[in-house]
Amino acid sequence: MDFLAAGDLSTALDARAEHPEAELLAGGTDLMVEVNLSYHRPAGVIAVRSCEELLEWEGRRIGAAVTWARLEDGPHRALAQLARTIGSPQIRAAGTLGGNVATASPAGDGLPWIAAIDAEIEVASQRRGTRIIAWDEFFVGVKETTLAPDEIITAILLPEHMPVSQEFAKVGVRNVMVIAMVNCVVARGEDGFRVALGSVAPVPIRAYRAEEMINAETSISDAALTEFARIVSDEVRPISDHRSTEAYRRHASGVLARRLVERCLAA
Amino acid sequence: MTVGTKERVAAGIGENAPRPDGVAKLSGNFAYGSDLWIDGMLWGATLRSPYAHARLVELDITPAVVMSGVRAVLTQDDVPGRPTFGQVEPDQPVLCDGVARYWGEPVAIVAADDQETARAAVEAIIVEWEPLPPVTDPDQARAAGETYRDMVIRRGDADAAGSVVIEGEYETAIQDQAPLGPEAGLAIPDGSGGVDLHVTSQWIHIDHAQIIASLGMEPDDVRCHPVGIGGAFGAREDISLHIHVAMLALRTGRPVRIVYDRTESFAGHVKRHPARMRYRHEADDEGRLVKVTVDMVLDGGAYAHTSHAVLANASFFTVGPYKCDNVFVDAAVSRTNNPPAGAMRGFGAVQVCFAYESQMDRLAEVLGLHPLEVRRRNALGPGDPLATSGQIVEGSLPTLRVIDELESIPMPDAAIPDDPRRLPGGTGLTTPKDAVVRGVGFALGLKNLAFSEAFDDFSEVLLILTPAGLEIHTAAIEVGQGLVTICEQIARTVLGIEAVAWLSADTSQIGSAGSTSASRQTQMTGGAVYEAAVGLRDKILQQFGGDELTNDGVYDRGELVATLDAVTADGPIEQWVRYRHPPTEEPDEFGQGNPHAGFVVAAHRAVVDVDPELGLVRVVQIDTAQDVGKALNPQAIVGQLEGGIAQGVGFAIMEELIVEDGVILNPTFTDYLIPTLLDMPDVGSRLIEEPAHWGPFGAKGIGESPTISSTPAVVAAIRAATGRPLNRVPVRPQDIAGV
Ligand SMILES: Cc1cc2nc3c(=O)[nH]c(=O)nc-3n(C[C@H](O)[C@H](O)[C@H](O)COP(=O)(O)OP(=O)(O)OC[C@H]3O[C@@H](n4cnc5c(N)ncnc54)[C@H](O)[C@@H]3O)c2cc1C
Repeated sequence: MDFLAAGDLSTALDARAEHPEAELLAGGTDLMVEVNLSYHRPAGVIAVRSCEELLEWEGRRIGAAVTWARLEDGPHRALAQLARTIGSPQIRAAGTLGGNVATASPAGDGLPWIAAIDAEIEVASQRRGTRIIAWDEFFVGVKETTLAPDEIITAILLPEHMPVSQEFAKVGVRNVMVIAMVNCVVARGEDGFRVALGSVAPVPIRAYRAEEMINAETSISDAALTEFARIVSDEVRPISDHRSTEAYRRHASGVLARRLVERCLAA
Repeated sequence: MTVGTKERVAAGIGENAPRPDGVAKLSGNFAYGSDLWIDGMLWGATLRSPYAHARLVELDITPAVVMSGVRAVLTQDDVPGRPTFGQVEPDQPVLCDGVARYWGEPVAIVAADDQETARAAVEAIIVEWEPLPPVTDPDQARAAGETYRDMVIRRGDADAAGSVVIEGEYETAIQDQAPLGPEAGLAIPDGSGGVDLHVTSQWIHIDHAQIIASLGMEPDDVRCHPVGIGGAFGAREDISLHIHVAMLALRTGRPVRIVYDRTESFAGHVKRHPARMRYRHEADDEGRLVKVTVDMVLDGGAYAHTSHAVLANASFFTVGPYKCDNVFVDAAVSRTNNPPAGAMRGFGAVQVCFAYESQMDRLAEVLGLHPLEVRRRNALGPGDPLATSGQIVEGSLPTLRVIDELESIPMPDAAIPDDPRRLPGGTGLTTPKDAVVRGVGFALGLKNLAFSEAFDDFSEVLLILTPAGLEIHTAAIEVGQGLVTICEQIARTVLGIEAVAWLSADTSQIGSAGSTSASRQTQMTGGAVYEAAVGLRDKILQQFGGDELTNDGVYDRGELVATLDAVTADGPIEQWVRYRHPPTEEPDEFGQGNPHAGFVVAAHRAVVDVDPELGLVRVVQIDTAQDVGKALNPQAIVGQLEGGIAQGVGFAIMEELIVEDGVILNPTFTDYLIPTLLDMPDVGSRLIEEPAHWGPFGAKGIGESPTISSTPAVVAAIRAATGRPLNRVPVRPQDIAGV
């Protein structure tokens, strides 16, 4: 097998079971960059972008092949905000949430949203049927996930209680079309704030200590926000690389988290 | 005989004549170098060094040679002629000579039936390296005597002293030209031992000289043809794949095409020299410069390229467009194992402009003067000696006027914008309006026109008048700046004939037009067209006894005396010229003399919105007043002003090639960021017309000025907003945030 364009999930799952060495293709905006110029030669390709089940987006279930272009116009505010920052219109027309999740880049802009709302990843295989994985059990390292070779991500499952407000921000030196130095989502629900950040660890992370601190405040003062930002900066685990420094990423994490809490409060 | 209604010729100088290549470029029909294609061609690929410094222990090409579809695998042993090349000094091996001296240095080349096979063959080559410690510190290299050139300027009294002393150290990082069109070439054997080369270039004649030397061939055996350029900015001034693609074509007897991918492109062309500059300005209480002392080192990287001339520019323009009688400069350009540096828009004048304008701002601040006031008090003008070489400024240099005109441009709306895309952080939604601080900054820049230091700088043009109109034959390269249009406009205005066509010539058909660089082609090839057109016109008027030439033909006192058909009845009429600018001199050992053919000045005012806490910047507006001599095509000038500003903004806040141990860490457009439309400020401009003392209609070259002072203006504005010293460009978020 070289290339298969699957029209439905069962065809894709059969092909996946038979050819675990083949790569899945959704929008191709990550995969084709690798394939281009022969850096990477997949043994085979199974295209899932036309699988009906993966294109569905209803209620708590966002199909894995839903594109950023659709998410940009969707009802989830932070998801729409982050979708708008992904690449260019061409990339957003092709790229998918499922592809972002599967790539599991530390800078992937979709990931902090998934972490902030405590979404789950729904995956399927021919042999074992459907499995639902908590986000923090799915992302395990830099571009490393617990997806099995015969599995396909079918959907992102949203929790029953969605936050009442949610806000996203991303730092880069260019005002558009830029990989995050830090990205952050803050969600505010009945139980308080949840704070997730990307590009500051091998996987998307939650700032649990900072959440605990701010959620214990009865009225959120300026001093509390300052302390909150300090804890976020302390909690993240960034590295220095050619995109930014550890110190800056720590600093920006605190600033973004604080500003997003303020935005949630103002919403 | 009819009585003529003589109208001014359309699309002549001063008009926004449309570009003949414009629609094709906008509609995607223009053939760039990377579009070149011929049936039956082979594809070339290049094996490169993964180390900045390493000894080649073993190179076994056999596994590549035996692959099916591979037609040739060549190494340094296969170079038929001179094993090295270089524009000024032939010091770079055509292919690795046993030691790799920079990351990405070409080691072997392959031609194969298709691109995939060529790349696979490159990977199949067995190569073993012994890594050597790379020299990456230009100061260390300089201390060890490893320099391409040292410059000493001694002018005036070393004991002179001012009451105000400003000392500063400045650094500029590596900017890449990042032309969207990559290095590309097609070599076609001519069947009788020679070869036709179609390679992206800014100067095909200087390529030709280097190519024939390394191929060991006669000039007539190799023809270099101009091809469509997708951006140059200096990156197309030096040899990249030219000799390689010719070697492969000659070896296989088949056409061969090479196109670099983006990462290869970053490795495969010279960059802007990074610089470290230590400045000491001394001024009197009024802010007039008394003495400037500078020590600087540029990093030339692994091979010489144009480092020699870049250092001269950095040294001569070290004070900027300001008067000063006592100037002392020690400068060097070092040899290291960093990526080779060479020509890039502004050519040495960019780095020092960041330093001297930062100094001028600090001087103004200490004295409590407006930044423009301290510049006014020191402004260099016609008749003044250049602070460094002492050369008397000839012709025009409207330094005071660029300052005045800049101030007359309206400021943007003082309100911070509501649209989040127009705030710092843009679509990233990082920054609420109340976190934004606005700043305004100014900078002036000075640049020489055309080649300096006694270089025999000329451009050849052949004009041919036929019944269909005028043909301009030249080897000058259009790189997107609009040279074709300008030359056609000049010819139309001088000859009065509208039907003018530009016909690119290859190296066998005409002599050199010189490089499309150094802001020179409008004056040089434009000057050649002007001179040839005047000669042609006068010849015709004399022969047919008229006093004016128009689209209809020759008129004499208002009466048509010969139609164009009659004028060309005996065949086409030709006029050839080799145009030179006024001669320049080699400076003496203390940098004194007359090394320059002329100068151009510009001023920029930047308005920026800054998020000081996150260190993010949005440039709101940049206004500029530009000395243009004469605006031959105002729209083309504004195009240069805006494009130059985009590049200047890029260098101010995002464009940096990051190099560690000689290895480029971000050789992709994912990580080497250039401004997008959302990062581009609004631009206001004023064109100042004070004719130059040479060149067509007094026009000056303005290709480089826009990028020189726009960078320090942006940084000055960020300083004004934040109070941070910011002694390095590009300014990074952590520099502003102070973490
Ligand atoms: C110019 C450019 C700009 C970009 N900008 C951004 C940005 O700003 N932020 C950002 O986060 N990303 C960015 N990206 C990366 C990319 O666009 C996103 O990660 C996108 O979401 C990937 O989705 P896709 O559908 O194109 O994935 P593909 O390339 O089709 O697939 C990516 C990987 O996921 C696997 N895969 C795809 N679908 C599934 C599935 N259903 N189940 C299991 N595995 C699957 C594929 O096998 C492959 O390994 C950019 C990319 C480019 C080229």
